[in-house]
Amino acid sequence: MNPNLPNSFRSGPDDRGHFGVFGGRFVAETLMPLILELEKAYTAAKADPAFQAEMNGYLTHYVGRPSPLYFAERLTEHLGGAKIYFKREELNHTGSHKVNNVLGQIMVARRMGKKRIIAETGAGQHGVATATLCARFGLECIVYMGAVDVARQAPNVFRMEMLGARVVPVQSGTRTLKDAMNEALRDWVTNVHDTFYCIGTVAGPHPYPMMVRDFQSIIGVETRSQMQEAEGRLPDSLVACIGGGSNAIGLFHPFLDDPGVEIFGVEAAGHGLTQLHAASIAGGRAGVLHGNRTYLLMDDDGQIQDAHSISAGLDYPGIGPEHSWLYETKRVTYLSATDDEALAAFELLSRQEGIIPALETAHAIAKVMELAPKRPKDHLMVVNLSGRGDKDIPQVAEILRGKK
Amino acid sequence: MTTRIDARFAELKKQGRSAFVTFLMAGDPDPATSLAIVEALPKAGADIIEIGMPFTDPMADGPAIQAAGLRALKAGMTLAKTLAMVRAFRQGDNATPLVLMGYYNPIYIYGVDRFLVDAKSAGVDGLIIVDLPPEEDAELCLPAMKAGINFIRLATPTTDDKRLPAVLANTSGFVYYVSITGITGSASANTAAVGEAVARIKRHTRLPVCVGFGIRTAEAAREIAENSDGAVVGTALVDALAASLDAADHATVNTVGAVADLVASLAQGVRGAKQAAE
Ligand SMILES: Cc1ncc(COP(=O)(O)O)c(C=O)c1O
Repeated sequence: MNPNLPNSFRSGPDDRGHFGVFGGRFVAETLMPLILELEKAYTAAKADPAFQAEMNGYLTHYVGRPSPLYFAERLTEHLGGAKIYFKREELNHTGSHKVNNVLGQIMVARRMGKKRIIAETGAGQHGVATATLCARFGLECIVYMGAVDVARQAPNVFRMEMLGARVVPVQSGTRTLKDAMNEALRDWVTNVHDTFYCIGTVAGPHPYPMMVRDFQSIIGVETRSQMQEAEGRLPDSLVACIGGGSNAIGLFHPFLDDPGVEIFGVEAAGHGLTQLHAASIAGGRAGVLHGNRTYLLMDDDGQIQDAHSISAGLDYPGIGPEHSWLYETKRVTYLSATDDEALAAFELLSRQEGIIPALETAHAIAKVMELAPKRPKDHLMVVNLSGRGDKDIPQVAEILRGKK
Repeated sequence: MTTRIDARFAELKKQGRSAFVTFLMAGDPDPATSLAIVEALPKAGADIIEIGMPFTDPMADGPAIQAAGLRALKAGMTLAKTLAMVRAFRQGDNATPLVLMGYYNPIYIYGVDRFLVDAKSAGVDGLIIVDLPPEEDAELCLPAMKAGINFIRLATPTTDDKRLPAVLANTSGFVYYVSITGITGSASANTAAVGEAVARIKRHTRLPVCVGFGIRTAEAAREIAENSDGAVVGTALVDALAASLDAADHATVNTVGAVADLVASLAQGVRGAKQAAE
């Protein structure tokens, strides 16, 4: 299958929110007027130099950007192949890339006069970032989180509450990220008059996948110029983990039209692709959920299947629609890493570089461990270090204790 | 083309009353009981029957209808079996309009063209698909119209006068006014506000306007019926069904009767409504 290749991989979505056949606006009528209003507000903000200047100010002084592009010398030596660089998103305020998007959306919410912010969260990183910016701007914050994730990401639940957010454990369905998103959508339908839904990844109805991507693209934009400075040229490959795909698209998007740059997204293979997993591209097919058409895990009746990943942030049966399109156009290669591979990478990175990564990020590292040794020493590989692993330490400690 | 829905509203107009529209989930709590319930509905007083197509992720539904869908799925319900249930119902009733209500993904996976052919031949008259706004009409709404199946759109309190024409453009059968901003089974609507909203919609369309969400009692059904062309009751029926189940969520000897009794009492409410001035 080779759909008509576009002139540019960076021109999407069209004005109805489609990336090829993916994306769109599959939402209840109650939400539709607000979604159209949001699209208008975002388009106006994007074109407003004052908005950009204000955002850049907070990105520099509050988030701590630019994040470093760091040469991971010991990991490079250990793997014995490609020269590995880390884009250090885990050094951002709140500890992951999620804050880049939340800052942008909260500023749009403020322009729209919305005072009540809701969010869904899996690992809790998006919830923490949202709670943080709501505290900073004095906004009410409600975070929906699957009850399973509340248990396995306890440190982040405490952080959100410390920041003044209300965390609502979601008991429906599989009690993970998908159900948190359902519950957030139910809240939104109910409180549509005063509520802004701050979605944490490149999913949901148009304009969210585009808007979140735009806010995250600063990762790739910085990487381009930092690599130019460090090596005098573009990188040869990019690697990032994929839950919904926001840290990945943020790194990838500015490079999509550079054919010399190989791009790898890493999904969560859980217990393995023939068992419970969360790899929607490897194991799913196109369907419609949460406002857009995209690859999803489902059965033959179109019922959404339970995802599984050791990492709460990747434990989602879908993927952002732009990734589905980048997969079908073959611009990006999608791989997957199992729970065990991610754990091994988690330990390796901690020991080799003194960086404890988030379990989500460890999935990207796991594939770097396979890809880097097969590439020459002058190959420049950039990995998105999407988040730090503090939140995962209790969970990993328990798993490792269990293994001994 | 006149559908069973058009015919039913014409008939009700002659009788000078509004419609009583029921919603239950296909396959809840199991396919056989569910069929028995649906077969009992017309005699109990349902004028139009909405049947939910179970889906794992019903984003616009409250806990009661979520649970109904999960019970049905657990009992092995599928879209194909829902269509089979419609076919079975049609063996004994060729007049009562049947509307399938749900979410798009199961239909998309079944295949839109195949679904429309099978639904039409089974005896489906209309579709209400929560996550297909007019912006996505090319997906299912336009093909359904071509296939002779009514596409019934939801209008909501957030659908303002500017947007109404777009919402009504490809709507047929009737308009379903969702009386609150919210999910099924939550707050009930205030009658005066509903009356105003229905009048507003009627300034834009000649289609009948039915009202749902939040109607639980015969009294509320009567009030809504006085202010619209039909009252839709879902969660209250699903709750009555759920309350009749045993501890393992299986049907009991009371299940069909519990639903039919409530339908009969709500139907009394609707039939007691004073005819709204035309
Ligand atoms: C550190 C980190 N990386 C990655 C992800 C996955 O999200 P996305 O694919 O949108 O980047 C999460 C989500 O919680 C996360 O916390």
